[in-house]
Amino acid sequence: MAHIRLPEGIPGILGPMAFSPETAKPLNALAEVLLRGPNTLTPAERELIATYVSSQNDCYFCQSAHGAVAAHHLGGNEKLVREMKLDFESAAISDKLKALLAIAGKVQKGGKQVKSDDIVRARQHGASDKEIHDTVLIAAAFCMYNRYVDGLATRAPDDPGLYRENGRRLAEEGYVNSTDALPVSGSR
Amino acid sequence: MSHIPTPEGLPGIRGLFAFRPETALPLNELVDVLLQGPNSLTPGERELIATYVSAQNDCYYCQTIHGAVAAAHLDGNEELVQKVRLDFANADISQKLKALMVIAGNVQKGGKQVTDQDVAAARREGASDIEIHDTVLIAAAFCMFNRYVDGLATWAPDDAEWYRDRGRKVAEQGYVNATRQYIPTLVGAGEKKIS
Repeated sequence: MAHIRLPEGIPGILGPMAFSPETAKPLNALAEVLLRGPNTLTPAERELIATYVSSQNDCYFCQSAHGAVAAHHLGGNEKLVREMKLDFESAAISDKLKALLAIAGKVQKGGKQVKSDDIVRARQHGASDKEIHDTVLIAAAFCMYNRYVDGLATRAPDDPGLYRENGRRLAEEGYVNSTDALPVSGSR
Repeated sequence: MSHIPTPEGLPGIRGLFAFRPETALPLNELVDVLLQGPNSLTPGERELIATYVSAQNDCYYCQTIHGAVAAAHLDGNEELVQKVRLDFANADISQKLKALMVIAGNVQKGGKQVTDQDVAAARREGASDIEIHDTVLIAAAFCMFNRYVDGLATWAPDDAEWYRDRGRKVAEQGYVNATRQYIPTLVGAGEKKIS
């Protein structure tokens, strides 16, 4: 049971977002810019970073939801998403993305864990300043989203079909309006 | 030296906001709602939560600037801010805020660390659902801001007066407005719809 009274039947982060639309708006706007905005990293690459950090934080809802968005962007390749989560250094992804995932993994442990060597490796594989910036901020943001979801003990469905459908919708329609139709329940 | 080149003279998160205004806007809108929006927790209480979490994450810039904003809201009581940072259980704050600080401290360690007992204790001291929600999200958000600031190795001034001055400005004007002073292109909530 969630720690606060959230609207019934709404899974994961959607419950607190319905509870608090004032904070849902900038949270969705941030995810939209980071994961779907104009970028030299593809939406799939950025969703893989989000998925990896969420799995390192052991957040079931976030890693399943963003893993499904990533898989949709990758033509349904759920196997790659799974392999990346378990061992990204051996996964069939670019060397640049591996170097960026190494940075994201350090951010998950703590900001000061990112060392100059990590940045040098990413640059050697062609990562730009903006790509490094966005990787750090995506990883940091998922340290927030994961704590928000688990810190309130929200409910996560275990039906993969539900995540698949949700992943398709988020990949195609985006984050900004994703919570507009939810019933508002909290008030300040 | 920071890991990416940011505009000269803008310390901490400010250099990152200037580097990437597209993400600066939702980040500032989020802190405005969380720390200064209408709430039964005072801005001073919410800034103390942000300061405490930033101290637990060992983020010098964030704990110093939000400590200064908290002090500005608390009639300049820097001693109280310092006490909360080091030992909130014995600080001169309400029992409710102490119970919320326990929740915030557990969020800092990881979302799953927040227990039913922590939440029950906060309720016994009168905390509402929205106050518990906001405490969790403030703590989670500062786990983001702290990692953003330190993950890119930004520089932080060590002049206490700089933080005091900036803290007063932010307390008076809010985050979006204060940020717009050095990023004029930052468009605030309500002025332009994000599409």
